[in-house]
Amino acid sequence: MIFLWAFLVGGAICVFGQICFDAFKLTPAHTMTLLVVLGAIADGLGFYDPLVKFAGAGASVPITSFGNALVHGALEEIQSSGWIGIITGIFKVTSAGISAAIIFSFLAALLVKPKG
Amino acid sequence: MANNKLKKATPVQQEYQRLAKQIEPKRPILKNCLRAFLTGGLICVVGQAIQEMFVHFAGFDEEKASNPTVAVLIFISVVLTSLGVYDKFAQWAGAGSAVPVTGFANSMASAAIEHQSEGMVLGVGGKMFKLAGPVIVFGTVAAFFVGLATYVLKGTGGGH
Repeated sequence: MIFLWAFLVGGAICVFGQICFDAFKLTPAHTMTLLVVLGAIADGLGFYDPLVKFAGAGASVPITSFGNALVHGALEEIQSSGWIGIITGIFKVTSAGISAAIIFSFLAALLVKPKG
Repeated sequence: MANNKLKKATPVQQEYQRLAKQIEPKRPILKNCLRAFLTGGLICVVGQAIQEMFVHFAGFDEEKASNPTVAVLIFISVVLTSLGVYDKFAQWAGAGSAVPVTGFANSMASAAIEHQSEGMVLGVGGKMFKLAGPVIVFGTVAAFFVGLATYVLKGTGGGH
């Protein structure tokens, strides 16, 4: 069942992105930025966690979850070390995504020659 | 923005722009949305399958499993980008391939590969974040303000 919800919710977030592309003529960079900010705000309001519970990867794979994870890191660190946690915790949860993207992209640039 | 440009142009240019707008093919929004829905949903289903594997075979709990899942998806995306497959797929899928975290990885990997010729430091290192940079900058700034607001309103970060 979780697979169906992952498909529907993940697909719906992508449709929102496509509407930003086509109907509002936003560039991909603007659309991604918008989605990340929306994800961060949604988590601040407490909407994103229930969505992840409900839709699993449908909510954690789209880029909105990046904003959600940034806020999560900050909030968790606030709980353990006070206000300074806002700064020290932001990247705590997203380390996997950012590190993996940087490392694999760098290795790809070492190994692959550009085409055309 | 389009209106500002229109005002600055000479009458002939304005007429041309109006004509160009008439002839410009309409974007097939419905078809694009359907494709984005299918591909985006499918990537999330793949993500869900990877996540279930981490839960069942590697002993992660549901919440912790989403981090390694994202890392695996990024790895797959970078490999497909290197093979030149992802960009072809992206042309068909539109936002369906751009919005999932695989699109984020694709933008970094393709920028890194593309700018190789400008050197390791200035090309690969400097241009890698051309598209991913704004996402990280605005995500971080937004997270800072959301974190600050939550701290001020709820004290210790609420029930997260």
